Amino acid sequence: MIRYLSRKVVIYLVTFFVAVTIDWAIPRFMPGDPIERLLARMQAQPGSAEILNDYYTEAFGFDVPLWQQYLNFWAALFHGDLGVSIANFPTPVSELIVGALPYTLALLVPAVLLSFWAGNKVGALAARRKTLDNTVLPASYLLTATPQMWLGIVLAWVFASTLAWFPVSGAYDFSLQPAWTLEFARSFLEHWVLPFSALFLVAFGGWAIGMRNMIIYELEADYSNYLASLGAPSRLVRRYAYRNALLPQITGLALALGAVVAGALVVEIVFSYPGLGTLTLNAIQNRDYFLIQGVFLFLITGVLIANFVIDIAYVFIDPRTRVGMQGGP
Amino acid sequence: MSAAEPRDGGVVATGAPAPRVEAPVGAPGTPAAPLTPTHRSEFLYFAFRNWKFVAGAGLVLAFLVVAIVGPMLVQHEPLEFSGPTDQPPSSEYWFGTTSFGQDVLSQFVHGLRAAFLVGAVGGGIAWLLGAAIGFTAGYRGGWLDDVLTMLTNVVLVIPTLAILIIVAAYLNVHSYATEAILIGLTSWPWAARAVRAQTFSLKTREFVDVARLSGRSTGRIIGSEIAPNMSSYLLMMFILLFGGAILIGASLDFLGLGPAESVSLGLMMNNSFLASALLLGSWWWFLPPGLGIIGVVGGLYVMNVGLDEIFNPRLREK
Repeated sequence: MIRYLSRKVVIYLVTFFVAVTIDWAIPRFMPGDPIERLLARMQAQPGSAEILNDYYTEAFGFDVPLWQQYLNFWAALFHGDLGVSIANFPTPVSELIVGALPYTLALLVPAVLLSFWAGNKVGALAARRKTLDNTVLPASYLLTATPQMWLGIVLAWVFASTLAWFPVSGAYDFSLQPAWTLEFARSFLEHWVLPFSALFLVAFGGWAIGMRNMIIYELEADYSNYLASLGAPSRLVRRYAYRNALLPQITGLALALGAVVAGALVVEIVFSYPGLGTLTLNAIQNRDYFLIQGVFLFLITGVLIANFVIDIAYVFIDPRTRVGMQGGP
Repeated sequence: MSAAEPRDGGVVATGAPAPRVEAPVGAPGTPAAPLTPTHRSEFLYFAFRNWKFVAGAGLVLAFLVVAIVGPMLVQHEPLEFSGPTDQPPSSEYWFGTTSFGQDVLSQFVHGLRAAFLVGAVGGGIAWLLGAAIGFTAGYRGGWLDDVLTMLTNVVLVIPTLAILIIVAAYLNVHSYATEAILIGLTSWPWAARAVRAQTFSLKTREFVDVARLSGRSTGRIIGSEIAPNMSSYLLMMFILLFGGAILIGASLDFLGLGPAESVSLGLMMNNSFLASALLLGSWWWFLPPGLGIIGVVGGLYVMNVGLDEIFNPRLREK
């Protein structure tokens, strides 16, 4: 078990190292000067351009040798210093990200967990009922092929704009301030339903297809046939099949994390939900480089942590990882 | 998207728990006897009897024709301010017009063309990388396998969109080819993992040993002994990478990281969203791009299920 987890940790550490290096290298080695582009956007007056240029050179740390820039970058990182936002000067990038994070998590975590749970249940059910199979499966294929932001737009158009059941944008009513009150909670929930649904539905389709296929595969395996021929009730056989089919699904969950996060970012934009996605869009539009880099690092760290959580869960679910045999995602 | 990946034992389409191998409809007696001229015609025989393959491939083909022919037939340039603004579909503007008076139909057909380009180039590059890295790691083994597996795992964990956002933010993306190359360079890892696993199990077979004893080079053994034995797998992998690249490209364009001053389905969604088409109720503007993507990518996925049944006799229905 220790070997299995330490192997994983090494991969994540290397990944983190690579990600930080990419984050550091891209502004420095990409063609074109980011400072020049920033100044061009600001259309600075002749005198101020020089001052700004000096300021940004110092802010990016371009005035020292490359190796020292790299070490400085790491040092700043461990102090939690991701730089200062250019568009929201002088708010630190880390402060903006921490402010947006709860909203992204509030969408992402329930969408991932509930879609995984419901998709697996429905997929397993579909594998045994012909009528369910013929309705759930085609719908699931359409859902997995749907871009999340488009589904978000359609949901907003139908349920918010046309039927006016839910609000169109934001995370809570503009007249309210975030607080632990019942009124705020209600407003928050109303704003949360549609973006959550967009994420949930697309992910749901993928899990349902995966589980349906895996269950059928497991039910055709020798152990299932053997169990059935012993006269075991089909419910028992299915329970064994389900538990075995769940393992590749959990591996799939680890693989899908990146795509799910990407989906959350674009869905947030559709609903102007004040999370990391909307923050990223604003950063892109304002060429707020430090903020883009900060969000990038943050997303990767989050995905790495989530991967590690899945690895630990796997130790509990799959006994093979405990006794040091192969297995695991 | 990963849930649609082919797995070992993969996509099974029979609804019954017990394995059932039945003769295909239309084949009298034993299915093998009357129709074994060549491998290819057998493939076609089963292909055209599989409704999933026919429906999926038909849908993709229909959109492909629209993407190729459409741009030559439409009356207006996609970005030209040609007509009245915010018009619902009419006989002159079949898909209506945007808030800027642009022809939505023209944008749609040009956008489809961009989607196919991104899918083919992005999916193609990812496929080549995935296959090359998977074959090398699986066949060579040893330290090369360790290094390549580590590389695969690292790229696998980094969210594709996150890395594309940061690259595209600094590198001004000028064309869909650039965007497709970026997508291809980041979306190969699961393919490499799948190919590596398959190669691992194939390389210990006798016919590979024989080829190795006869002194053939590694490249030729992979090309003539290993790859042909997983050709169906490789084809299905390409289809999934193709669809995945289209979806990632649409997200990038929606974020405004695609080429500016151009037309794509993701950009249409972005423009319609920024112009509040949602609140104005201009459904003819934001519905077509999404339906186009669902049609192409969904068609590819369904076609893939059909292909799985065609290649794997155990899975054939009826």
